[in-house]
Amino acid sequence: MAQERIFGSGAQRREETELPEPGAPAPAAAQAQTGTSSADDLLAEIDGVLESNAEEFVKGFVQKGGQ
Amino acid sequence: MTVRRVMGAETEYGVLATGNPGANATVLSTQVVTTYAALVRRRLGAAHAAAGWDYHGESPLQDARGYTVPREQADPSQLTDVAPVLTAEEIAAEALTETGLYAESMDRRQVVMNTVLPNGARLYVDHSHPEYSSPEVTTPRDAVLWDAAGDRVALDAVRAIAASAEGTGLDVVNLYKNNTDNKSVSYGAHENYLVPRGVAFDRLASGLLPFFASRQVVCGAGRVGLGDRGQRPGFQISQRADFFEREVGLETTIHRPIVNTRDEPHADSHRHRRLHVIIGDANLSHTASLLKFGTTSLVLGLIEAGAAPDVVLADPVAALQAISHDPGLTATVALRDGRRLTGVQLQRLYLDAARAHELAGGGPDAATREVLELWEEVLDALESDPLSLADRLDWVAKYALLLGYRRRDGLGWDDPRMTLVDLQYHDLRPEKGLHHKLVAAGRMRTLFDAEQIERAAGTPPADTRAWFRGRVVTRFPDDVLAANWDSVSLTLPGVRRGARVAMPEPLGLARDDVGPLLDGAADAEELVRGLAAARPDLVHTGSLG
Repeated sequence: MAQERIFGSGAQRREETELPEPGAPAPAAAQAQTGTSSADDLLAEIDGVLESNAEEFVKGFVQKGGQ
Repeated sequence: MTVRRVMGAETEYGVLATGNPGANATVLSTQVVTTYAALVRRRLGAAHAAAGWDYHGESPLQDARGYTVPREQADPSQLTDVAPVLTAEEIAAEALTETGLYAESMDRRQVVMNTVLPNGARLYVDHSHPEYSSPEVTTPRDAVLWDAAGDRVALDAVRAIAASAEGTGLDVVNLYKNNTDNKSVSYGAHENYLVPRGVAFDRLASGLLPFFASRQVVCGAGRVGLGDRGQRPGFQISQRADFFEREVGLETTIHRPIVNTRDEPHADSHRHRRLHVIIGDANLSHTASLLKFGTTSLVLGLIEAGAAPDVVLADPVAALQAISHDPGLTATVALRDGRRLTGVQLQRLYLDAARAHELAGGGPDAATREVLELWEEVLDALESDPLSLADRLDWVAKYALLLGYRRRDGLGWDDPRMTLVDLQYHDLRPEKGLHHKLVAAGRMRTLFDAEQIERAAGTPPADTRAWFRGRVVTRFPDDVLAANWDSVSLTLPGVRRGARVAMPEPLGLARDDVGPLLDGAADAEELVRGLAAARPDLVHTGSLG
């Protein structure tokens, strides 16, 4: 799918730079690593507030017709 | 040309009793409206029941193409001009009073399904959802603010219900500012724009179709699942796209049209038309919301000036869905002249036309310049690095979160956790809602802070008739019998059968107009007498009952 190509490549690049080379990581790599770990921090925070039983919760969200 | 014009927003909230998934939606919605009405009455120190809605002046079957649909041919959901007849659900709602929940704060135990708020908005039960209709405003920024104020109203109701649930035994209710349950049902977030009556409707429709099919790339709210039941896995830009079937039409609940023809101006119908827009997604992002109102107002200005871009889609409904289904933003849609353009390219045609028109007109005002610059910045970013807009647009913020879950946990688009992230993005509670979490973490920009939004939930805009409506409800809550968009009816001890104040002009009875009179009046009767002396054409005494 198109979006996987466009956005997926960016995510993959970040993953590839996740392990810094020992010694002196390039500034860009360090920045990318910060990006991924800060994204993971956000996901960890969101994990903490997501409703517990996802499958049951979304199944229970049933609305009646609207405009 | 300017972004300034009379406009407003309507939000139908998704409603859920987590502890009781089978709960009746009309009862839950009634619980929300009744609870908030009671909160308002308590804040105002009012003694009597909440001000009701006056159905006088509604004409939902009047079609902008110049005819009226016979009532017997209308879908029952279109008959919005009569107070709902008590149904089984509403009789069930009466049971709410039996619990004594509202006895504490109201002298009469009363279920409220429709009320006018101190900020000039309407809060009511629309079929099976609570709906907030914002007061009339004149700028896109104010539209964002008073729409966000509705979310604050809804949040206050959610909190009050939760706080009293243990004592009352009633269901705890969550509200979601989204547009679908992913199980074939959609509910709306409508916009309204005042347009001069002289603009022919077919010109409005043809000018708007390509714009409405493509503006989702800016103001879509994002959705997990393709198809009306989300039956195909994937992510799409718009919540609403898969629920639209026609190009132009009167309906709002069935066979939804991209351009809605309801001709119910709630104002002098010889001078005004109210364009009722039903294609939009509910926005939590202030930037997306500002661009939604701002760019739509600009495009209406282009159409009014005969300067809209010359572009006709071969199949607008198919284009709407093709653009929505491609978050990569590379899909092209066919024009009738054979060209193929992306959604962003379609938007750029409108931006360029608006820019050219502004330059010819001698330069935009500040509000217009803000919208034009932001529109260009966002379209540029959509073409170069869409994910850089995760701090500004709803669909991109949600998409970035979901891509994070795919990367970290390898979740498929059909994983229930993906659907949950989608749903919970729209939860109005700061401790649960993911949009709120992004804002709190400094990852999503806002235009207004919580304090400004809270103030707008209790104060009307100063520059439209909403100011009169909201201030009368605030100052004389026990004297307002009913109100609607273009009138306020008051019961007065010294005036037999009360008085009705007509408000045919949306910009009339604003603060500059009647501020000293309203704020200086000792009571409602003094106000009515003063107004009758100044504007005898607007005040009809002895007209009630």
